Amino acid sequence: MSFSLATPEIFLLSATCFILLLDVFLKDKFRSIGYWASLLALGVTLVLTYQSWTEAKALAFNGMFVHDTLSVVLKMAVLSIVTAIFVYSKPYLIDRKIFKGEFYSISLFATLGMMVMISANTLLMLYMGLELLSLSMYALVAFNRDNGRCTEAAMKYFVLGAIASGMLLYGMSLLYGLSGSIELSSIAEYVANQKIMSSVALLFALTFIIVGLGFKFGVAPFHMWVPDVYQGAPTPVTMMLASAPKIAVFAMTMRLLVGGMEFGSEGWQQMLIPLIVMSMVIGNIAAIAQTNLKRMLAYSTISHMGFVLLGFVSASEGGYSAAMYYAITYAITALGGFAILIALSHEDGDAEELDDLRGLSRRHPWYAFMMMLFLFSMAGVPPLVGFFAKLYILQAVVSAGFVWLAVIAVLMSVVGAFYYLRAIKLMYFDKPIDERSISMSISFNALLSVNGLLVVALGLTPSLMALCLIAIKQSI
Amino acid sequence: MQRRGRVHKMVQLSDFLVVSALLFAISIAGIFLNRKNMIIILMSIELMLLAVNINFIAFSHFSGDMAGQVFVFFILTVAAAEAAIGLAILMVLFRNRGTINVQEIDEMKG
Repeated sequence: MSFSLATPEIFLLSATCFILLLDVFLKDKFRSIGYWASLLALGVTLVLTYQSWTEAKALAFNGMFVHDTLSVVLKMAVLSIVTAIFVYSKPYLIDRKIFKGEFYSISLFATLGMMVMISANTLLMLYMGLELLSLSMYALVAFNRDNGRCTEAAMKYFVLGAIASGMLLYGMSLLYGLSGSIELSSIAEYVANQKIMSSVALLFALTFIIVGLGFKFGVAPFHMWVPDVYQGAPTPVTMMLASAPKIAVFAMTMRLLVGGMEFGSEGWQQMLIPLIVMSMVIGNIAAIAQTNLKRMLAYSTISHMGFVLLGFVSASEGGYSAAMYYAITYAITALGGFAILIALSHEDGDAEELDDLRGLSRRHPWYAFMMMLFLFSMAGVPPLVGFFAKLYILQAVVSAGFVWLAVIAVLMSVVGAFYYLRAIKLMYFDKPIDERSISMSISFNALLSVNGLLVVALGLTPSLMALCLIAIKQSI
Repeated sequence: MQRRGRVHKMVQLSDFLVVSALLFAISIAGIFLNRKNMIIILMSIELMLLAVNINFIAFSHFSGDMAGQVFVFFILTVAAAEAAIGLAILMVLFRNRGTINVQEIDEMKG
């Protein structure tokens, strides 16, 4: 057994427990000590993860835990994004008087869950990581507990999330029964010896697994929870939901479908295609009808997750790495978009209507410019990162022979451009309704500028895509 | 007492699977058909996880691999945590809204 491979997780767990205890003894005046401690914990975990970089794939804990380039890259992405969320959300939490230690300890547990999911090598680890993430997220959505909308969103999220876990688990139990092992490598061996299209039991198990993954990704027709939860949750929690967990769910799909059932790709390709087409159509068309900005971004997330799954459909290294690139860059872009919503919020209420964007260029030109970058990136305008993410995915899909899917994806992106451009028009060509000036702390503004810079720079330099390709090649 | 000359048959793997599939189906129906009480939904969720547990134990017993039984312990623990969080959210919801009727929890739409 080599515990050393799991050093970042072990450190994060101990640090989180320490922060949980520390918070009990802190007076309200010193609440920000918990905040700094959480940032420190994430920073140290990030360094430990970076140091554990290896070229070789290694297993620990009797094959429960896998350590490879894929896990290191994804964990570093998740950790940096959670760090950014903490910095972004501080002013919001202080304004709403919910600057409590729970937010940080629960978020850290969610982060730990994501790290476990990313490094999982058995069905058990995948399930435990997923539940640690999900249970923490349910609690976070209900975090502002005196708000009726928050609790309603939490209840909806909880019920649908629990159904999803149940479905996934049922699929896992069947898969265990068929292959006789919970290890993904043994399952892969079993699947390789089967003809998936004629094995009804295997297809049955696969269906449940795809339904569970679809719920967790939030792709249509399993998207009912996404808009309500995005709208109801406090903006920092929405930001958390929209960014880091997407990377973790990508990792889970990668481990389960590609690591465990690569030879069954014929089966899951055909199941994924309807989900993708539906989420692109429903996501983009329903987003047009929204007046609530958070709901609009929720529907846009649905269509983006369709794109991530599209990368899996090509069932090639190029496709998987494109999906990985898409998940990471989308998380970074969504982070920036929700940060602007936090900046626009004030004590009397969240900025969440499209009207709140009106005339932003006159109130704060820099924020308006940043928001324009994020929206253009989501719409897929070159030279921003969103364009390259879509390009890589489409390349992989076309080379796998699914030209018609690529055509639908491009057409739906054009439909999607409408609502992004409408938001930009509101910012630049309309008069502001609310004339109050916006001022945020230096750290918030600096981080936002870095975030905007990343959205431009990651697209222009091919290094991230090269990294994704190396990671995927090594993990398969 | 007259005994019929029937061969005593052991419970087969398929019997377990049918029971667990039925329980799973009942729990799904309980969630989607229920239009009144939130607590019934929570109960259905628990039932769903228990159906999966039967599956795991049956497979584990008939294949002789212990991993499935260990898995069940973890699922039971997670189910307890899930029930705790679900009931906590339900409490907060009731405090804010004064109702746990499924049909009245519909402030957000669109």
